[in-house]
Amino acid sequence: MRSNGRIYVVVAVVVLILLGLFLYLVRLDKKISRLEKNSS
Amino acid sequence: MRKSWWKILCVILLLYTFIGGLLMDVPRLPALSETIRNLYFHVCMWFGMMILFSVSVVYAIRYLRSNKLADDIYSRHYAAVGIVFGVLGYATGAIWMSYTWADPNNSSFQSFGAVAREPKLIGAAIALLIYFAYMVLSDSISDIDKRARITAVYNIFAFALLFPTIWIIPRILPSLHPGGENGNPALDTKDIDSRMRLVFYPAVIGWTLLGVWITSLKIRLSLLKEKRLLQ
Repeated sequence: MRSNGRIYVVVAVVVLILLGLFLYLVRLDKKISRLEKNSS
Repeated sequence: MRKSWWKILCVILLLYTFIGGLLMDVPRLPALSETIRNLYFHVCMWFGMMILFSVSVVYAIRYLRSNKLADDIYSRHYAAVGIVFGVLGYATGAIWMSYTWADPNNSSFQSFGAVAREPKLIGAAIALLIYFAYMVLSDSISDIDKRARITAVYNIFAFALLFPTIWIIPRILPSLHPGGENGNPALDTKDIDSRMRLVFYPAVIGWTLLGVWITSLKIRLSLLKEKRLLQ
């Protein structure tokens, strides 16, 4: 029933966006850590 | 990356929220139908906002007791991210209600007139505007110590006003929004379907952790800037 509605396509898109946002946050976090190390 | 176990927990919980929230079975009530899945997203925005504002007011009180500028920075950024969550909650609520509250027999313009009188919407708008004023206030005072003290006091005032505007008044007036005379529908274990609780509680924790993560980045940047100013 679910595969008829092709909801899996939406799940794939949403999860990809979420993962992209997380990747962005992790990279920001690492950059700030580097800044903190340099300033101390 | 610092202290990363709760960041990993945040990623896992939110992935579970999106996958489980879209695929797991939900009860289909008339009018709501599948849109009840918004419980995992729209409602979680308000829970996250409430928790972030609570943390913010705790740091405001701590600042007034300790006079440490770091506490003021913590308080300000928790409030700022709380506002982001609140605005997202408001905007998502606007989409949700236009498909479930609007009368299909009327034009959307006419049903807007009925929906705009909704006490929960007015209350939430007032609460958010009070917090917008908090941001304006903190940006308009240039003296650092004076700004910290005044905004900390205002923060307590704004937090106190959250309760009548979004919790009490919408519940004593007749309202389309869930949670009128029949209590809190999302937290009442007799009301919410047990299958939905499996996703709802992790979703609240995941979204809140995401808010805390973003706030922690803002705080660390701001502390760095402060340090550079002092040197």
